[in-house]
Amino acid sequence: MIPVLGGSGPVIPSFGSGSSCEQNNGWWCTDWLREHWGDTLQPALVQHIELVAIAIAAGFLIASVLAIAGFRYRLLDVPVGGFADFLYTIPSIALFQLLVPFTGLTVLTVEIALTSYTLFVLYRNMVAGLRGVPEDALEAARGMGLTRVQTFFRVELPLASPAVLAGLRIATVSTVSIATVAAFVVPKGLGEPIFIGLDQNLFKTEILAAGGLAILLALAADVALAWFARAVTPWSRA
Amino acid sequence: MSVLADQFTAHTFVDAFRFIGDNASLMLSKTGQTCELAFAALGIALALALPLGLWLGHRHRGLFLALGVSTLGRALPIIVLIAFGLTVLGVGFWNNTAALVVLGIPPILTNAYFAVDGADRDAVEAARGMGLTERQVLLRIELPLGLPLIVAGVRISAVFVIASATIAAIAGGGGLGDIIVNQASYGLAGVIAGSLCVSAVALLTALALGLVHRAVSRSTTARA
Repeated sequence: MIPVLGGSGPVIPSFGSGSSCEQNNGWWCTDWLREHWGDTLQPALVQHIELVAIAIAAGFLIASVLAIAGFRYRLLDVPVGGFADFLYTIPSIALFQLLVPFTGLTVLTVEIALTSYTLFVLYRNMVAGLRGVPEDALEAARGMGLTRVQTFFRVELPLASPAVLAGLRIATVSTVSIATVAAFVVPKGLGEPIFIGLDQNLFKTEILAAGGLAILLALAADVALAWFARAVTPWSRA
Repeated sequence: MSVLADQFTAHTFVDAFRFIGDNASLMLSKTGQTCELAFAALGIALALALPLGLWLGHRHRGLFLALGVSTLGRALPIIVLIAFGLTVLGVGFWNNTAALVVLGIPPILTNAYFAVDGADRDAVEAARGMGLTERQVLLRIELPLGLPLIVAGVRISAVFVIASATIAAIAGGGGLGDIIVNQASYGLAGVIAGSLCVSAVALLTALALGLVHRAVSRSTTARA
């Protein structure tokens, strides 16, 4: 213990002086939610959506380029696919830390890690979708005199899109979930209230509320993307 | 929670391997703990999800359950599960095991369901016509036909559970996660060393499952 100099009264640790919600720490405390929705949960939710949206957009772009390359040049598929698999086996909490020396305790660190996790699902689904285009369709395209580029945009891409969109759904839902670990590096997203709740003597209401929001956000994104997929690929039942 | 940032140089990876060499017994025992935790969870998940998935697929029932479970499984953050487990079960082995079991179930259940559900209907009908019981149809026809998909599900689940087991260190779960989340004590080389071991365990498990799959499919083809 560090001796208190100056002697201006006893030093009282601050952790016992929370609201009645925090002192009782019951399963659910509506008062706390009402009080802290505006300053804790709502900003965390918005930050979480930002983290995920950027990672998915970046991952989708990178995976598209890689998938087109891996589809055209089969030799590339093995190393690229293997690397994406390997990235997926790195524990998220380790990947975040490995990047810190390069990019610091910043959002960029988080985005790089989250983006690498999306690659595994997106790349695999894109290549599978493109490979799954029936030979008949390609032959018909050739018979119609379409060029290579036209075949890609008018035949292969539309036929691969259900698989691509299925990958997008899976990647989005998982990223919403993994992004909670991001709070280990930067105090952003729904993971932050969870870590704070864990630190503050396991404050249940905060943990359950933030965790519940993360799960609901993931499920909402899944439903929204399912609708989107149905709207843009009306010919498939998915 | 905060992370210290060590200086990262070209030598850090060399240092990571040196760290493994210098602390071989520590790494071994931590890897052992991680394996114990992950494989216990995986075993329980397998025992729960595989029979259920096979049975539902055989009956062609519960499509909604199979799809819902797989989405829900992806949506559940491991941290939330562990934090929730802490409030219910307290610190310890079972809290983390329970969280990992919940994470491990969805890929196994969903893949088992679709593997059996999608087995060639003609083959199944032919087997019924030959007088096989429902149990025999499931075990001798649908299971071998769906094996690639079933093993793929187990593999996804295994990699996911092993990688997530490190986060259990936050809740006193021990294992390699103790090193990975404690850069202050072990340095960046330790963090890299720890995650290299986790990746190695995950990749070796995936490889082993691939070999099992190959061996099993060869023996079933030989018997047929």
